[in-house]
Amino acid sequence: MRPIDVIEGKVSVLDRADVDTDQIIPKQFLKRVERTGFGEFLFYDWIRSGEIELEPNPILVAGRNFGCGSSREHAPWALQDFGFDAILAPSFADIFYSNCTKIGLLPAILSEEQCRAVAEAGEARIDVDDETVTCAAGVFRFEVEPDVKHRLLNGLDDIGITLENAGAIDAFEATGAAEHGPVTTAL
Amino acid sequence: MKTMFDKIWESHEVSDGLIYIDLHLVHEVTSPQAFDGLRLAGRGVRRADKTIATADHNVPTDGTKAARLIADELSRIQVETLERNCEEFGIPIYSLGSERQGIVHVIGPELGVTQPGMTIVCGDSHTSTHGAFGALAFGIGTSEVEHVLATQCLVQKRPKTMRISYSGELGAGVTPKDLILATIGRLGTGGMVGHAVEYAGPAIESLSMPGRMTICNMTIEAGGRAGMIAPDETTFEWVHGRASAPEDFEAAVERWRALPTDEGASFDTEVEIDASSISPMVTWGTTPGMVVEVTDSIPDPAAMDSPADRESAQRALSYMALEPGTPMTSVALDRVFIGSCTNSRIEDLREAAAVVDGRKVAGSVRGMVVPGSQAVKATAEEEGLDEVFRSAGFEWREAGCSMCLGMNPDTLAEGERCASTSNRNFEGRQGKGGRTHLVSPKMAAAAAIEGRFVDIRDWS
Repeated sequence: MRPIDVIEGKVSVLDRADVDTDQIIPKQFLKRVERTGFGEFLFYDWIRSGEIELEPNPILVAGRNFGCGSSREHAPWALQDFGFDAILAPSFADIFYSNCTKIGLLPAILSEEQCRAVAEAGEARIDVDDETVTCAAGVFRFEVEPDVKHRLLNGLDDIGITLENAGAIDAFEATGAAEHGPVTTAL
Repeated sequence: MKTMFDKIWESHEVSDGLIYIDLHLVHEVTSPQAFDGLRLAGRGVRRADKTIATADHNVPTDGTKAARLIADELSRIQVETLERNCEEFGIPIYSLGSERQGIVHVIGPELGVTQPGMTIVCGDSHTSTHGAFGALAFGIGTSEVEHVLATQCLVQKRPKTMRISYSGELGAGVTPKDLILATIGRLGTGGMVGHAVEYAGPAIESLSMPGRMTICNMTIEAGGRAGMIAPDETTFEWVHGRASAPEDFEAAVERWRALPTDEGASFDTEVEIDASSISPMVTWGTTPGMVVEVTDSIPDPAAMDSPADRESAQRALSYMALEPGTPMTSVALDRVFIGSCTNSRIEDLREAAAVVDGRKVAGSVRGMVVPGSQAVKATAEEEGLDEVFRSAGFEWREAGCSMCLGMNPDTLAEGERCASTSNRNFEGRQGKGGRTHLVSPKMAAAAAIEGRFVDIRDWS
């Protein structure tokens, strides 16, 4: 994935709570077997019905519990492909948050008030290393796990990092702890 | 003193924040890009013997016998891609046409590959279902699917722990589905975020495995990372004799008996709920947390405290075409769907069949029953349940996710209103413009007969 360090620019706003991944990318687009090209289907029903308008700015400010529901990574793929590099919200669903960090789309948690301030400011600068969002209303801090930050800043592939540690996996398997479970190939 | 979660987590830590995965369930929708990633990087599957696949989301439930016969081109490509990927990487697969095919969260427990103490993942948020066996089970995204295929491990931040203790017993006609809907209604759609949740108390201990699975299944609808229930005799009895049950079963049971939370272990959050106060529940809005007792009326957004809740409720009612103050029992239905990884097991079908036996589906309603797996279907047919449903006017279909998510031909038409035993009432979930009300199998069955919601406790 592409390294991310500073994200700067205009802000798009989706002021709704509990936006689920079925809305972000409706199920009919999950039939594709590719990883790219989902941006044009982002919020397919809401945008086509004229219910919402979204500009492909670098930053999206969203409501609480953003990305709830299905684990489909197609949702972060669509948001990133549409043009967003960061999403600011008062809270995220766990799986969605994790999925974003795997592809270099920054999810950052700010308070409701801070999210509103960034939305009103209309533009912002996010510094991943400093863990800050700066806008006309002030400087707001967010938190990101150190190992996630390291991966985001350097654009590192999780799998590559884990495989560097393959010896630990071998050692774990050698203890026999992994061998109690069912053997699917014996079914 | 440790919680069950602590014990499973700690026994699977390969290194700090790296967790070993005992079972990886794979389906056609969230895996193709992961297999592509492996090929691009020249990586293999580390433990095909801890991986199993089925086709469920996309499959038609009309009796199509093989992937190549699926009419929808994109669905066909996706299922055929799964079959090819599994063949290339040596992963066992039960695809369309197999007698073991079914919804991934139904076939795992059915085959006995879901066992206490395991870590289980799948590229599907309802993986929490398997926690009913005292396993740590959760949904992952496609990048993580690729990670598990390549390493059999997952990078994870340790979640917080929550215990929900249910005192008392569920009343007559009140089911595990009602218990979990009431719980989500109370805690909210984000109420369990960041937590592995253990369900405990007498009302849980007295449940069958299917009931426990229904509860753990919907943990994700309150944002929970995982739902878990301590394994006990009911659990052991379920696993015993299944295709993949441990050879030395007694030794396995000995290990499993050590799993339950130690007395005095502490949780980050404790919640207490009186199970005897729970009624049959029906959702009225577009999140599973928008739920009321069947005897209640559609809530009035104007009476809600927070502006955000008010706005969400207004939007939901407008989408659902419902007026505040309308009694839930006067809401009329067009469709009834009995199925999904939440409620499509043989016990669910037996409960629904007992309600419809000898009756007729209302003329205004189209009812569908979709068994969770080919094995459930076969058992139901041996017991004559298919005949009960058919003669009542229900469609009796083949196994799959069906109308839970509308990725296959089973969908709601624009504006249709459906009583559904599935897990999500999101906008458009069952079809664009479709309106979903989540209920238990009994409540869905009775609603099909009456053409509107009824309180199953008064209904005979």
